[in-house]
Amino acid sequence: MKILMKGNEAIAEAALRAGCECFFGYPITPQTELLQYMAKKLLKSGGVFIQAESEVGAINMAYGASSCGKRVMTSSSGPGISLKQEGISYLAGAQLPCVIVNIMRGGPGLGNINAAQSDYLQATKGGGHGDYKVIVLAPSSVQEAVELTMKAFDLADKYRNPVMILGDGMLGQMMEVVEFDENYQPQKVEKPWAVTGDRNREKRVTNSLYIVPEELEKHNFMLMEKYKKIKENEVMVEEYLTDDARVIFVSFGMCARIVKSAVNRLRQAGEKVGLVRPITLWPFPENELKRYASKEEVEFFIDIEMNLGQMLEDVKLSVEGKKEIHFYGRTGGIVPTIQEVVDFYYSLKK
Amino acid sequence: MVFKRPECLTKESMHYCPGCGHGIIHRLIAEVIDEDYKESKIIGVAPVGCAVFIYDYFNFDFVAAAHGRATAAATGVKRCIPDALVFSYQGDGDIAAIGTSEVIHAATRGENFTAIFVNNGVYAMTGGQMAPTTIPGQVTVSSPYGRDPKVQGYHIKLCEMLVPLDGVAFVARTSIHNLKNIEFTKKAIKRAFEVQMNNEGFSIIEVLSNCPTNWGLPPCESMKRIENEVLKYYSIGIFKDKGRGI
Ligand code: SF4
Repeated sequence: MKILMKGNEAIAEAALRAGCECFFGYPITPQTELLQYMAKKLLKSGGVFIQAESEVGAINMAYGASSCGKRVMTSSSGPGISLKQEGISYLAGAQLPCVIVNIMRGGPGLGNINAAQSDYLQATKGGGHGDYKVIVLAPSSVQEAVELTMKAFDLADKYRNPVMILGDGMLGQMMEVVEFDENYQPQKVEKPWAVTGDRNREKRVTNSLYIVPEELEKHNFMLMEKYKKIKENEVMVEEYLTDDARVIFVSFGMCARIVKSAVNRLRQAGEKVGLVRPITLWPFPENELKRYASKEEVEFFIDIEMNLGQMLEDVKLSVEGKKEIHFYGRTGGIVPTIQEVVDFYYSLKK
Repeated sequence: MVFKRPECLTKESMHYCPGCGHGIIHRLIAEVIDEDYKESKIIGVAPVGCAVFIYDYFNFDFVAAAHGRATAAATGVKRCIPDALVFSYQGDGDIAAIGTSEVIHAATRGENFTAIFVNNGVYAMTGGQMAPTTIPGQVTVSSPYGRDPKVQGYHIKLCEMLVPLDGVAFVARTSIHNLKNIEFTKKAIKRAFEVQMNNEGFSIIEVLSNCPTNWGLPPCESMKRIENEVLKYYSIGIFKDKGRGI
């Protein structure tokens, strides 16, 4: 059945269908409807919902609940995610699954509450202290947000790692038609590490402290192996009209949707352009971009973002200097128009 | 009666400095659990600070929290496993400075777990800096001329702050500077756990403890300091026991 839903609420509904039992959050625009939806549903169904005193409180409650083996979610927006970074680092260090939604707004500082992609670096490069990675999924429609949210819980459990859904204010606030798979059953995962308090077995401890340097190094190497496996197995990317493309656009999330429309318009005008849209921002689809960079007919790349080029570094690393990369971005909560993207393309073709 | 190691303590030898109060307080918790909660689910929430390795000393499950966040983590734990006995174990820097917000709000929500708050008036693990609980006049490495309330402000009285909150069911301040007070501390832990298991709300015991190392005093002298100096600023007693009308 197709229903019309606001992005934030659709993500919340998807989480519940994926077996999310606990939600801890703090209101911040433009993600608050997610928290409100969870309040309405979880308080009635016997789940755990707490509106925490702060983002710090929320993420650490999530840490406690995840330690107990529950499916846990927390959500926020830029400034709140900054506060959660301490907890995210601890979750990663203690190898605890948790789904974190970041409906981005404009930054830095208080910035504004408009749609932006200002947290790419914070999300993909660790954000908190230490050598760790968070799996980052970037939907470009409400329907995809639903699917990726469900997948996020499975990935979090599979790898015992935090997973972030990175959307922007537009995704959170817009209404779109979504369809939920009525036959979907959440995966049940054994969690032999979960702290349950039972006394008739070996004790369990969730912890990220390794005081002996050699032990911490071993732990970090082990995490690195895990991240390598995630890189090998979990990269998701959409490649649109790229087969014969001479110019490759790279863009993610809602911004990529605008770029897709620009690609369509340019194709109608006979221009051979295509779009590569990373769906996993970490792991980044390096190999896919590398492939296009090695193609003779590809002349250059255009990176379009709603920030000042935060993903550009990853695009450059993937292209390895083989082709030129041009960047166009709007910031401050301004969304580029299709025409702007088209005009930028023509300005380069001159 | 044979005096022996409580069953819920592991054989691990503790890393605390000789004469430190943490060992006594650990033992009291262990005795109460052995006596009253042999078969119960138990989950401890470990702090950051001198007691950071507490999970090594007990043979039940633990969650090790970030600095100051133990009461938030314990909230998540207890809400998920409501039939477990859940306690956080935290020093004064942990619960009364960086974690003030977390403890006040856990208490306000009436979270059904017990916070065991060890107050020795210094940041002990980092080398004896001034804590929010450092008493006026006390010299520490970061209040080298003695804490002057006009400069560094006053010491925090967390228990007194928590008493008026509706979600709080039990508040006691105890000490371990002599046998009588050690016994009183055990009784308070027992009662706090009971209050928790009766689902009455948040319970907290502040235990006045010593830090011979950072106080620069031999263990026995440090116990005397609690009696002669610390007690002037922190009164001992049961401040609130909702179920018993206190
Ligand atoms: S530094 Fe102080 S509180 Fe820490 S273990 Fe030593 S005596 Fe105990």
